[in-house]
Amino acid sequence: MENNEKPRWRLVKTDNPPFWVKPLIPVLALIGTFILTSVLILLADANPFDAYYYFLFAPLENKVSLLEILVKSTPLMITGVAVTYAFATGYYNIGAEGQLYAGAIAATGIGMSMHGVPAIVALPLMIVGGFVAGMAWALIPALLKVKLAVDEVVTTLLMNSVMAYIVSAILNGPWRDPNSGWPQSPDIAPSAVFFKLIPRSRLNFGFILAIVLIIILWIVMTRTSFGLKMRAVGLGKPAAKFAGIKVNRTILTAALISGGIAGIAGVAEVAGIHFHLIGEISPGYGYTGVIIATLGSLNAFGVGLAAMFFGLVDTGAQTLSRALGVPVYLGEVTQATMLLVALGVLLLQRYRIRRM
Amino acid sequence: MYIVEMQKVTKIFGELVANDHVDFQLRKGEIHALLGENGAGKTTLMRILYGLYQQTTGDIFIDGEKVTINSPKDAIKKGVGMVTQHFALVPPMTVAENVVLGYTDSFVLDQAAIEKKVGEAANQFSLDINPKSIVRHLSVGQRQRVEILKALYRNAKVLILDEPTAVLVPQEVDSLFETLDRLRKDGLSVIFISHKLDEVTKITDRVTVLRDGKSIGTVDTVNVTQKQLAAMMVGRDTFGVTRQTEINPDNKKILEVEDLCALDDKGLPALKNLKLSIRSGEILGIAGVGGNGQKELAEILSGVKAPISGVIKINDKNLVGKDPSEFSKMGIGRIPEDRHEGVVGDLTVYENLALEHLDEYSKNGFLDKQAIRKNANELIKNFQIKAKPTDRIRTLSGGNMQKVLLARVLSRQPEVVIAPQPTRGLDVGATEYVRQQLLEQRTRGAAVMLISEDLDEILSISDRIAVIYEGEIVGTINAQNATPEKLGLMMSGALREKA
Ligand SMILES: Nc1ncnc2c1ncn2[C@@H]1O[C@H](COP(=O)(O)OP(=O)(O)OP(=O)(O)O)[C@@H](O)[C@H]1O
Ligand SMILES: [Mg+2]
Repeated sequence: MENNEKPRWRLVKTDNPPFWVKPLIPVLALIGTFILTSVLILLADANPFDAYYYFLFAPLENKVSLLEILVKSTPLMITGVAVTYAFATGYYNIGAEGQLYAGAIAATGIGMSMHGVPAIVALPLMIVGGFVAGMAWALIPALLKVKLAVDEVVTTLLMNSVMAYIVSAILNGPWRDPNSGWPQSPDIAPSAVFFKLIPRSRLNFGFILAIVLIIILWIVMTRTSFGLKMRAVGLGKPAAKFAGIKVNRTILTAALISGGIAGIAGVAEVAGIHFHLIGEISPGYGYTGVIIATLGSLNAFGVGLAAMFFGLVDTGAQTLSRALGVPVYLGEVTQATMLLVALGVLLLQRYRIRRM
Repeated sequence: MYIVEMQKVTKIFGELVANDHVDFQLRKGEIHALLGENGAGKTTLMRILYGLYQQTTGDIFIDGEKVTINSPKDAIKKGVGMVTQHFALVPPMTVAENVVLGYTDSFVLDQAAIEKKVGEAANQFSLDINPKSIVRHLSVGQRQRVEILKALYRNAKVLILDEPTAVLVPQEVDSLFETLDRLRKDGLSVIFISHKLDEVTKITDRVTVLRDGKSIGTVDTVNVTQKQLAAMMVGRDTFGVTRQTEINPDNKKILEVEDLCALDDKGLPALKNLKLSIRSGEILGIAGVGGNGQKELAEILSGVKAPISGVIKINDKNLVGKDPSEFSKMGIGRIPEDRHEGVVGDLTVYENLALEHLDEYSKNGFLDKQAIRKNANELIKNFQIKAKPTDRIRTLSGGNMQKVLLARVLSRQPEVVIAPQPTRGLDVGATEYVRQQLLEQRTRGAAVMLISEDLDEILSISDRIAVIYEGEIVGTINAQNATPEKLGLMMSGALREKA
């Protein structure tokens, strides 16, 4: 019989991966990414080890770039949290990008009319306004989902493109800067600007907001009955329905919360970084939020860590290009590679290698 | 020489020893029963043989050769096939496509060719199935036949069937047994898991009994009685449940259903002007051949399905149009027919136990974790559930999952208990336990509806028996006047009887 195969290394599926696997994932992802991108770095006439030093370690060595990491991770944490609410409930909201812009428009509109209004009134108004706007933008796909079972992945994604046109229409129409003629809104009132946490840096109140949202996410998911309802619906709709949970209402609520929080990301960018609305307020934070929620395995602290890591990579890409004169998009390629590798490693964690 | 021999196989999950040095031998051309209480480790042992789990220690031999089986693919290569309770078929595809799926050498599928090949295979094994049918349109019994064909098509010499009869109606069981008998004559070896001792004594050649993960021994079926098998399984003698006193005819009617009409999933009439009522302290058995509207009746009375017309009243209050949570608030205790639709597999035992009454287990929207855990610990103890509160439900054995559902419902002392197939997939001990629980609900004064395809079960604990046929109650008789023969006639639609 041909059963006498020699022992060799094989991948074997395991049901419960050992506890030390999780922390290893980013490390493995990094090594994999390093190997894959080294070729490109060599082609750009740089030393891969140097490059990675500038990419991942140099930003941690001085205060300015350290703060910059926190600045960059702020919108990512918020969109990551936003997406987590939806995904945990089994509602695949890919529309955080559009919802973010909805929030940014609201924040700009409110912010511009806050001249003479104290910050204590202006800031809450903008945050609430951004939340409501994000929610409103998330409403149509959510209603289509629960009333007509229309797939939300498609609708939320389409709504992003619609939003891009709306933003461009506003910036080229009513809000076009009368002086420069640029598609850029007038600035918001000074009292509507998020205060700085550290003088002469870009780190602002938005970061605190993001941390608070992460803590709230953690509390909601682990401590509240609504959190348990969301998880039950996300993990087993029929059983949740049988147990008397109002499945559609839970999905609708989660979808709206998700949209609202994505809207707050828009507020934080307008009030904390740009102070006016432009078309490029988000280089895809909404989409990155999907990745961060997934990499953070829908866990509040996982989301926080994943966002910080992306903040680091973002900052590092710039340090790298400045230091070695390689194109900035090398950073982007590296980020994309890392993403794919990380997702691969996430899948592989359910396997173990055995010699048999 | 044995076709399969497992030596000292041990499987450990965390702290739990699911299989403990199990020895198991399968002869060529025999049907070998694997018997044991819920959680005894039967499924685990078979999953190891089929490559879904790897044993922690121990050896497996096939045809005398030591083998390592890392995946179902390996198992199939070595001639081992398995049919699990949850079928792995692709519903929109044809039978032929499902059978060859993942087992074709060429990249392009030639429909006509595979249909011909699969048709020939079906003939060869005398499995009555049309290769052109779309799987979605097949009954459970037919789907099971496709799974068996799939295994045989891949040249399985050993066929593992994990509780194949739990999902079948009696006629389908008979036809399965005919098939197995024929295949045995052709030299196929079958491992057959079932909790129904009459099936085991009827079809198998030998029996291996597992208890608490250990093998208690293997016996020739002809040498043992069902009672002896039961004793081997539970380690003590079993006693049937006994019905208690007559019910007081003055007891109040608690549940009343009138003119209930409903459609099934395909949009065909499933219930036609169904009428019944249950008094306090009464068990009403609903007897009938599977597929005559029992599923729809249970779903409607659980609140997860809406009827097209009719009246459902509990203590004279209308229930039609209410949602599941209102059903349970108004005193209906609901056990789902398919337990996988009643629990969320990836949530823990304690979370699942609290899921139906979250309002009570939370204050101002926050979960009262202490109360939830206390409740879980109590129920686990009272209902003898073999699990820790923090275990994911997914890892529980079928019987223990069922106990979780029962505990969730019965601990609330509902006024009405809807119990569709409550002992499906349960071992003798657990079955006895569940029936005892239902009798206790009756003593307490609850109105119990027991929907079952098992006539013995219906006869053993019902006060009255209503027979359902094509969506109608064709007769209701007192249990004292009921005989299996009479019920059988009514179930086939040949006899109608008024109460
Ligand atoms: N993947 C798993 N992780 C942890 N524990 C498991 C896992 N699979 C099974 N178990 C445990 O192993 C024990 C044996 O389970 P198994 O499913 O083999 O029982 P069984 O004999 O098939 O019972 P039943 O008749 O109820 O189907 C149970 O206590 C179960 O909870
Ligand atoms: Mg089992």
